[in-house]
Amino acid sequence: MAEKILMKGNEAIAFGAIDCGCDGYFGYPITPQSEVMETLMKVQPWETTGMVVLQAESETSSINMVYGGACCGKKVMTSSSSPGISLMCEGLSYIAGAELPCVVVNVMRGGPGLGTIQPSQGDYFQTVKGGGHGDYHPIVLAPASAQDMYDFVGEAFDLAFKYRNPAIILGDGVIGQMMEKVELRPAKPRRTDEEIRALCDSWATIGNTGRHGNTITSLALDPQVQENFNIKLQKKYAEIEANEVRYSTYMTDDAEYLIVAFGCMSRIGEKVVELAREEGIRLGLLRPITLYPFPKKEIDSLVPQLKNILSLELNAGQMVEDIRLVVNGRIPVNFYGRQGGMIPDPEEILEVFKKTM
Amino acid sequence: MATQGAIVVDKERCKGCGVCVVNCPTGAIALSHEVNGRGYNFLSLVNPEKCIGCANCATVCPDSVITVYRVKI
Amino acid sequence: MDINEIIKPENKVYGKTPVLKDNILHYCPGCSHGVVHKVIAEVIEEMGIQDKTIGISPVGCSVFAYNYLDIDWQQAAHGRAPALATATKRLMPDKYVFTYQGDGDLASIGTAEVMHACNRGENIVIIFINNAIYGMTGGQMAPTTLLGQVTATTPYGRKAELNGYPLKITELIAQLEGTCYVTRQSVQNPAAVRKTKKAIRKAFENSMMHKGTSFVEVVSTCNSGWKVTPVEANKWMEENMFPFYPLGDMKDR
Repeated sequence: MAEKILMKGNEAIAFGAIDCGCDGYFGYPITPQSEVMETLMKVQPWETTGMVVLQAESETSSINMVYGGACCGKKVMTSSSSPGISLMCEGLSYIAGAELPCVVVNVMRGGPGLGTIQPSQGDYFQTVKGGGHGDYHPIVLAPASAQDMYDFVGEAFDLAFKYRNPAIILGDGVIGQMMEKVELRPAKPRRTDEEIRALCDSWATIGNTGRHGNTITSLALDPQVQENFNIKLQKKYAEIEANEVRYSTYMTDDAEYLIVAFGCMSRIGEKVVELAREEGIRLGLLRPITLYPFPKKEIDSLVPQLKNILSLELNAGQMVEDIRLVVNGRIPVNFYGRQGGMIPDPEEILEVFKKTM
Repeated sequence: MATQGAIVVDKERCKGCGVCVVNCPTGAIALSHEVNGRGYNFLSLVNPEKCIGCANCATVCPDSVITVYRVKI
Repeated sequence: MDINEIIKPENKVYGKTPVLKDNILHYCPGCSHGVVHKVIAEVIEEMGIQDKTIGISPVGCSVFAYNYLDIDWQQAAHGRAPALATATKRLMPDKYVFTYQGDGDLASIGTAEVMHACNRGENIVIIFINNAIYGMTGGQMAPTTLLGQVTATTPYGRKAELNGYPLKITELIAQLEGTCYVTRQSVQNPAAVRKTKKAIRKAFENSMMHKGTSFVEVVSTCNSGWKVTPVEANKWMEENMFPFYPLGDMKDR
């Protein structure tokens, strides 16, 4: 029987990192995710696994430490919340442009600006559409529980290394702060130097033993070289879109109506589905687990049986645009959301939904 | 002890900046009137008998185009 | 003696180190960058650490440093090289890790990163090229531009009331507890080049001795930006830069 421990989602990120063999964490305190680094500093994994943990002078520096660590073929990560992620967007663009693996956790709070420390999903556009400059996509995983927070760290690293691409865990203040039981997995050891060389020697900066020097850069002054690189990046994204879509459904088999919601809103959405079913309304739910790649085909295949879709988000309506692109006018796609840290309850949502029927 | 030197200049890589010339203690070198393929007046050992092989020219050369040889005489 | 009798392998006393690649440097004729690149390459060769050295290039003219030294390179975002170096050294403590940064990169946009890396005492080497101007973008004012100096963005000369004062960042760095060796050198003549080489070698050696950060400023020229010949640039540097940026060790412990 695996060990189950009651912990916050943010603490789960820290334990998930240690247990998946993470080599380094670099961060800067910001509410509502400060427990990630606090937990790591308390646990002191450098004494056990050798994992490096460092408090940087800023989020700008954190993400560039991640950039440096990723250049070395190491499993490195950072975590922050919305305003801090904005500062990291320059670094994320460089990391994507240099095709490096890393994991970034965003425990979203309300914006714009300094906003609020309360939960939000207002960074959907920023995260899924890129955030920094240039044509790039991070892989985006949306956790809905503390268990997800724990499990997704390792999964995000696997995806990041498989595609040499940044992976973002897009949580929110609800998931980060709430306490739930988390089942711990058997700890994976960190990769040895030999394993890293075997896996990453063709590109990583680990010393040029037996070869010429590797250079990690995102610079190409020749426009044809840059275009060729961008085409290669887009091919990678097409591969990610073909292979890595993750989602879950709840009571969609006979659904006439569908809620699409991610993260904490998918859990509230499940309750809405149950309340609607009690009233004989055939409502179902689709939860995108990967926001990039977005479960386009899966939503598309449900459209013929549906009368409409409700996108449920903690923002002013962001993911709803991606759903509308999939639906392409065939049925109405409605939106309901709260902002500024306000969280709707299932009854409130059911009332809104019924008006759209 | 006296020494005699000689230099070999990689003409095509030389940019003719002339920093070597002012650092030569014996006046052995000068920029040529000819230009290389990239249009620079490259370095030339114009007074070979004056070269003592001190390597001053090569030490200050930003483009590492000078190889220095030296013998005791 | 005929020079053909002198030019024999056994008589070779100086030549290009194999740590330097064969690529022609993109720098302008007479640019100090080439000399400093060569000096670093020679130190790496003499210490036998080519496969243990990781360089981090900046944004600016020397962004392309990776085209010239045959080692593993990371190319940082503008000003962020010390952050990359921090992680690289902490994750691979057996490697020699250095950043190579210009005055705009290190002393303007990257001030926070360099200050905090030095203050943490990261066991890295920071090579700081100070030529008092932005080279790559076409000769604009740098934080280290001297008062009165004409640049593309100070066409009537730098004025304190409009542009603030030239930043002596190396003096600030020397105040930080985390630094073990802070020095200011130059490369305009053979003696200066040899001193710079000695300083860079010491800095690399320090980085394996857990003494903290070593910081080597090289007061340099940008003859294109200054709009003078390479030889005149060296003279201008000696007459104008050295009085404000005096050479020598500021800290060595």
